[in-house]
Amino acid sequence: MRRSLPLAVLNRETTMKRHFTILFTALVVALASVAQAQNKGEVLIKNATIMTASHGVIEGGSILIRDGKIAAVGKNSEVKAGANARVIDATGMFVTPGIIDAHSHSALDSINEGSVSVSAMVRMRDVVDNTDINIYRQLAGGTTTIHALHGSANAIGGQNVILKLKWGKPAEEMIVPDQTRTIKFALGENPKRAGNQTNPFGQGNRPLRFPATRMGVEFTIREAFQQAREYMREWDDYAAAKERGEDPVPPRRDLKLDAIADIMRGKLFVHSHCYRADEILMLMNVANEFGWKVLTFQHVLEGYKVAKEIAAHGAGGSTFSDWWDYKIEAYDAIPGNAAIMHHKGVVVSVNSDSNDLARRLYQEAAKTIKYGGLTDEEALRFITLNPAKQIKMDHRIGSIDVGKDGDLAIFNANPFSIYARVEMTLIEGEVYFDRKEDMKRREAIAKEKKELIEKERRTAPQEQRQPQPPITPTVSGPGDDQPEKGEIKNK
Amino acid sequence: MNKERISRFLLKSLKGLTVILLLCALSYVAWRQSALAQQPAVYVIRNAKIVTVTGATIERGSVLIRDGRVAEVGARVAAPGNAKVIDATGLSVYPGMIDSGTQLGLTEIGSIQETHDTTELGDFNPHMRAIVAVQPNSELIPVARANGITTAITHPSGRLVSGQAALINLDGWTWQEMTVKAPAAMWMEYPRAPRGRGAGFVQAEGAANVAQLRERQLAALRQKLEDAQAYAKAKEARAADKSLPPRPMDFVLEALVPVVKGELPVLMVANSEREIKGAIEIADKYKLKLIISGAEDAWKVASTLKEKNIPVIIGPVTELPNNEDDDYDVNYSHAAKLNKAGVKFAFQTADAAYVRNLPYQAGTSAAFGLPKDEALKAVTIYPAQIFGVDNLLGSVEVGKMANLIVTDGDPLEFKTNVKHIFINGKPVDLSSRHTRLYDKFKDRP
Repeated sequence: MRRSLPLAVLNRETTMKRHFTILFTALVVALASVAQAQNKGEVLIKNATIMTASHGVIEGGSILIRDGKIAAVGKNSEVKAGANARVIDATGMFVTPGIIDAHSHSALDSINEGSVSVSAMVRMRDVVDNTDINIYRQLAGGTTTIHALHGSANAIGGQNVILKLKWGKPAEEMIVPDQTRTIKFALGENPKRAGNQTNPFGQGNRPLRFPATRMGVEFTIREAFQQAREYMREWDDYAAAKERGEDPVPPRRDLKLDAIADIMRGKLFVHSHCYRADEILMLMNVANEFGWKVLTFQHVLEGYKVAKEIAAHGAGGSTFSDWWDYKIEAYDAIPGNAAIMHHKGVVVSVNSDSNDLARRLYQEAAKTIKYGGLTDEEALRFITLNPAKQIKMDHRIGSIDVGKDGDLAIFNANPFSIYARVEMTLIEGEVYFDRKEDMKRREAIAKEKKELIEKERRTAPQEQRQPQPPITPTVSGPGDDQPEKGEIKNK
Repeated sequence: MNKERISRFLLKSLKGLTVILLLCALSYVAWRQSALAQQPAVYVIRNAKIVTVTGATIERGSVLIRDGRVAEVGARVAAPGNAKVIDATGLSVYPGMIDSGTQLGLTEIGSIQETHDTTELGDFNPHMRAIVAVQPNSELIPVARANGITTAITHPSGRLVSGQAALINLDGWTWQEMTVKAPAAMWMEYPRAPRGRGAGFVQAEGAANVAQLRERQLAALRQKLEDAQAYAKAKEARAADKSLPPRPMDFVLEALVPVVKGELPVLMVANSEREIKGAIEIADKYKLKLIISGAEDAWKVASTLKEKNIPVIIGPVTELPNNEDDDYDVNYSHAAKLNKAGVKFAFQTADAAYVRNLPYQAGTSAAFGLPKDEALKAVTIYPAQIFGVDNLLGSVEVGKMANLIVTDGDPLEFKTNVKHIFINGKPVDLSSRHTRLYDKFKDRP
């Protein structure tokens, strides 16, 4: 609505007499800004227990969001809103920053380009699915931002995308502007699956794909960086020749090597799927050889064994709270992993890698309190400020601080209590989930569904029954670690 | 000569006597030692809040454990001098939790087929007994029990009739020692549209489509139950009249006899409304003692379940909704709906590695409308009732098996830690693969 009004007015403007133009334009601008202000404006959340994630807990606190950004946070008495502010009374409630999932595959049309061992040229931002119902389900769990990753089918995967879960908005509006560019790497069992004839995910009659071992994974990465280094030299030579006033033939553009070159140029950052301590050390070694740093290790289930080395490298660790045992490389996974890495100086987050867990990351964080003896504040950072750091977006999101995006989750109790649930979720000051509204809508939706089914029954001829869908054996591709529903958790 | 023979005889006898005496002494020492090793068989937990579940909560009291059983519970309990005292000041005693559906002991590592003993070949395996394949030294068991789960159903899976589920304690040197009740139920899976990898199997079966396959499986299941009825009838007739010719033993039908006689309950996996109704229809027709497992749509047929007194095992309730247009909390709030409708239910993790998360099934349900005391009952006394062992398990009561946990708070809460566990009256080690690795690496220099 706020877009259509000024556009319509501007169209009409062309028929206006010239001397009205200036006056009218001024009016349009004024109207547009009013519309903007009405849509965004001010939101005041008051009487809340505010868990800021950056500077402790404020009892009896208020948060003022103006035009989507946090304008003030403090005690009730310290925060003043304008007369037109939307007021949310959060008496008895707990407010946290919007939850950030550092490892998601939600809202994507596809996850793995697993046909090649290096797929650095593909981008998840090109396959964002804004109709994925999991967006809404995750909002209902307080999650506001996801780091939507390429899968783990190959040693060097595709480029990831950071999304705000703006349910109902076009995909372009979900893609966070000016975001950090990240790329997925994968080590261990997943990238070598396609090279293994007897892998549990069944390759059928597909040809084997290199590599089949951790040795091959290491080589695949080193080879790609060597190629990218030579590719960069070609471009440097070309630039130098031009500089000399020559007329050289430009090198052929290679989108795959462009991306890998960007890693070495410090423009694209690596998030690497990994499990075992040895492969974690291996990747840091390769990174050092080619002069870059791993931004974040994903899963990193044996991170606790080499936490010291990870901290020294400066990488983060994004892990599961308590997943283990689903494969041999997860047999040494322990629920104290997050706590040990944290205590040794690693920036730690707890992620979902699952449409299910992404709905209750606050519960996952709570487990780190139990198994690692951490505080509420530390656990909260694992799902807010720390994942924001791991995607280099902590200047915008991850804590309740003035100037940051107005992304908040409102709980009916301390979020780390099993009895807590999310009542409301806001992104940039807009309410995207409201449990009360959701409950109210249910009856209407049920009624509409019933009517549609009845209509279908009335209009469909009796003899023309829906044909049965053909039976096609589904073969799970190598890659992401999400379990299929109905499986005994092959997570 | 005679003298010599006599003295030789005496000497021999003396030697023999010495050996006998020595043996007696040795065996006495051995007996003493083994008796000492088992000591004390008497424990008393003092100064605890006791949440009995079935009766009133005792704010400050004691529990006396003798010979594996709860001997006394109350505000004042006299304990014998040899009782080992556990001071539980500030702590609470609860009954150990029961997971109503797991594969503990039958599987070790998800992706490694060689570690799975859950699914035998063939569609009809009522004669397969989970209990004999339970690995008592599974690393998964100590992980589960450290969070307060003392007892679990462990079951075969993946076939129309998968085999006999067992109720096991999560402690014991052997599977015999772990057994609480075996068989506890017959595990069946109502025919459904195969999904995922299983879909490839359909073509091998030569069925034109999923519906045809389902019909075929249903017909086969009905036939098998009818065969079992006939077999049972023939068996009874032969028992009454020995002149009738003996019939050869049929392992499959023999195992189904207690099922069609309604003596052994059937845990039937049925999730959609149609599957649940179909399961009820079969149970009605063949007079099965039905427990529905999975039961995702049970709330849609709650009145029938209540009317027919059919209990359901739900979970994991933290699983995603099945349909896009389901309420986002359809599974979280399932237990609350069943409770409101008066349907008896219990929770399962339907897993092996994640049994430790059983309390969070109950707790999350409480966050979405289930009263907290009902949530606790659904992991203690309700499963005990459903599996017919409420005389043994599910509450802190005199005479019951001493499966108890001592915690520093509400066992359904994340921040609560289990401080002591008793299984069958014995204190159980709280360490696991996870604590060992944690302790080893947390102090790595």
